[in-house]
Amino acid sequence: MNKPLDPATLAPESGFEQWQRQYAEQIGDDRACENRSGIAIKPLYTQDDRDASRRNTELGFPGQPPYTRGIYATMHRGRTWTQRQLIGLGTPSDYNARLLALIEQGTTAISLIPCNSVFRGYDMDEVDAELLGTCGVVVNSADHMAACLEGVDIGRTSCAMNDPSPFTLLAFLLAVAKRRGVPFASITGTSNQSDYLSHYVANHMFFRLALPGARRILTDHIAFCLRHVPRWNPLSVVGQHMQQAGATPAQAMAFTLATALQNADDCVARGLDPKTFLPRFTFFFDVSISFFEEIAKFRAGRRLWATLVRERYGVGDPRSLRFKFHAQTSGVDLTRQQPQNNIARVAVQAIAGIFGGLQSLHTDAYDEVLSCPTESGARIAVATQNILREEAHLTDVIDPLGGSYYVETLTDEMEEEIRRLLAIVQDAGGMYAAVESGLVQRMIGESARRFQAKVESGEQTIVGVNAYRLGESASDRPPVQTVDDGAIAAHLAAFAQWKAARSQAQVSASLDALARAANDAHANVFEQVVAAAGAGCTHGEICGTLRRELGFGHVQAIV
Amino acid sequence: MKIVPKVLVTKIGLDGHDRGSRVVAAHLRDAGMEVIYTPPWQAIDAVVKLAIEEDVDVIGISSLATDHRIVPKLMRALRDADVTGVAVIVGGIVPDADEAMLLDAGVARVFHPGASLDDIADYIRSIVPAMREARSVTWETWHE
Repeated sequence: MNKPLDPATLAPESGFEQWQRQYAEQIGDDRACENRSGIAIKPLYTQDDRDASRRNTELGFPGQPPYTRGIYATMHRGRTWTQRQLIGLGTPSDYNARLLALIEQGTTAISLIPCNSVFRGYDMDEVDAELLGTCGVVVNSADHMAACLEGVDIGRTSCAMNDPSPFTLLAFLLAVAKRRGVPFASITGTSNQSDYLSHYVANHMFFRLALPGARRILTDHIAFCLRHVPRWNPLSVVGQHMQQAGATPAQAMAFTLATALQNADDCVARGLDPKTFLPRFTFFFDVSISFFEEIAKFRAGRRLWATLVRERYGVGDPRSLRFKFHAQTSGVDLTRQQPQNNIARVAVQAIAGIFGGLQSLHTDAYDEVLSCPTESGARIAVATQNILREEAHLTDVIDPLGGSYYVETLTDEMEEEIRRLLAIVQDAGGMYAAVESGLVQRMIGESARRFQAKVESGEQTIVGVNAYRLGESASDRPPVQTVDDGAIAAHLAAFAQWKAARSQAQVSASLDALARAANDAHANVFEQVVAAAGAGCTHGEICGTLRRELGFGHVQAIV
Repeated sequence: MKIVPKVLVTKIGLDGHDRGSRVVAAHLRDAGMEVIYTPPWQAIDAVVKLAIEEDVDVIGISSLATDHRIVPKLMRALRDADVTGVAVIVGGIVPDADEAMLLDAGVARVFHPGASLDDIADYIRSIVPAMREARSVTWETWHE
């Protein structure tokens, strides 16, 4: 009787089987890996994983729906990305000096971050003076905006302003344009932070008016811009706040898409045509150091958005389907310990954003975890982008990770997870209802706690915090940015003088018209905000009037 | 009897970033403390009133975007209201020079980014007996 044949002789071990065997033999006690979104990560990905996960479409090409590989045919090989560093500190003249220096250095578009008092909807004389100008520029009037933009050609420079409802900064910008004879049609840029839902969920700093009022003014603002400032992007849907507040990358993407759908539905309900407003929707995301997960998040989100809006609104025009996004490197990932390490972290985050196909990028200064960034910190952040683009040549090839077994599989798996989370929100009645009920806030809070627990247990290493610690003293830390109290005092005094000299009758009449519009369902509230800004009303007066008429923006206490 | 610390976790000033305050509040609660939590933007007077009404041992102020600069105003308001036996601790982004300013103003401790939740809880437990003692003395003095 013949000896039984060795199975190995019958069917020789395949390359994959050999790897599997050797891996099992050599790895010892294999650790289970999962990313921040809870997706299990295998040690190796092959064509089989790609085949198993693929349910969607062929990968396709850049500039072709559903845009997995990028929204434009040329992507970063063409116009790279907009280097949009957030700036804002002190008085309008401080801001203007820093802005002109950044433009000199190669910044191609500008941003304006106002003071926290502005975010909260107050003028400088309504808050504690200690808090003025510490985190942004104190802009309360059209005159202040003019001083901020002295020497800047606003007809040719894209301006992004952190400007939540009721969008007074855009109103001030339009007042400046009018004075300078610049047609509204040539004004380009974005109302950043225009997404009231994300403000209510997280980073409530921007939340000024109660939900119903904020909801209405957003659609008024979109309608106004489509008609009068056609090259302006009135809406930036913000995932960044939610991820900074603790949402996983998949949650942040799902909740952002849910928010965008809510806003689009609201625009449709107001009688706007999706073909007109969808091309003006933009997105703003956080990019964390979870490198491949972030790349997959962006690729999946981009593909999903194109698919969802086509299904839901029946649009096919590429301008409506393109998922344009700005990314900011994650401040939460930065550490106070060994702060120079943050330069490395920011570079890794930025690469993830670039490989994810971003249109605009803000790199954080390494010292922002100590205070508002210093000028030298901001310089390194800009240089990081220049190095990645021109020394490392990250822009030579479009979607360089496309086709990677891992990245494509992960993109599919992230899409699946994002769809699952999106369905939870849609089942709860859409984003507005899911936020009103606190569902989204609870989910994000749980994720924040889960992540912190991993840091506390050491499961997630944070260099310098729970591992690789060094003895450090205050002298190891770089100097921090401070605000000139004298300049703030002078700014306050000049403001008081200017307010007293204004035509009070004109101010009262404008604010009355604004209040009437707020109570008239057929009026456009933002139209009256623009008129009031041009007539010399202040930010605090405009916000105060709307708070009175539409309700104050309280947030829920959810722990 | 085991002492259950009573802690008010809040934010004063203008900023609304509340990830830190929410995570810390939830941890202290799960660590067995009684936690009073408020949303951001509390007025200083409202914090003083709440601390007195709730008879807390500790007020924890979370600050991300320079709101710590008005903590000395809170310290003054507590003194003006004759509040003793209540420790104020601050957590968040506080530059070194400002930390010195806060400690001078009477803040018990500043926790910086990277602080562990257990360290915060341990610190609170360590100071609560002294706070109780100080408050009971005041109480007795007041009754005499």
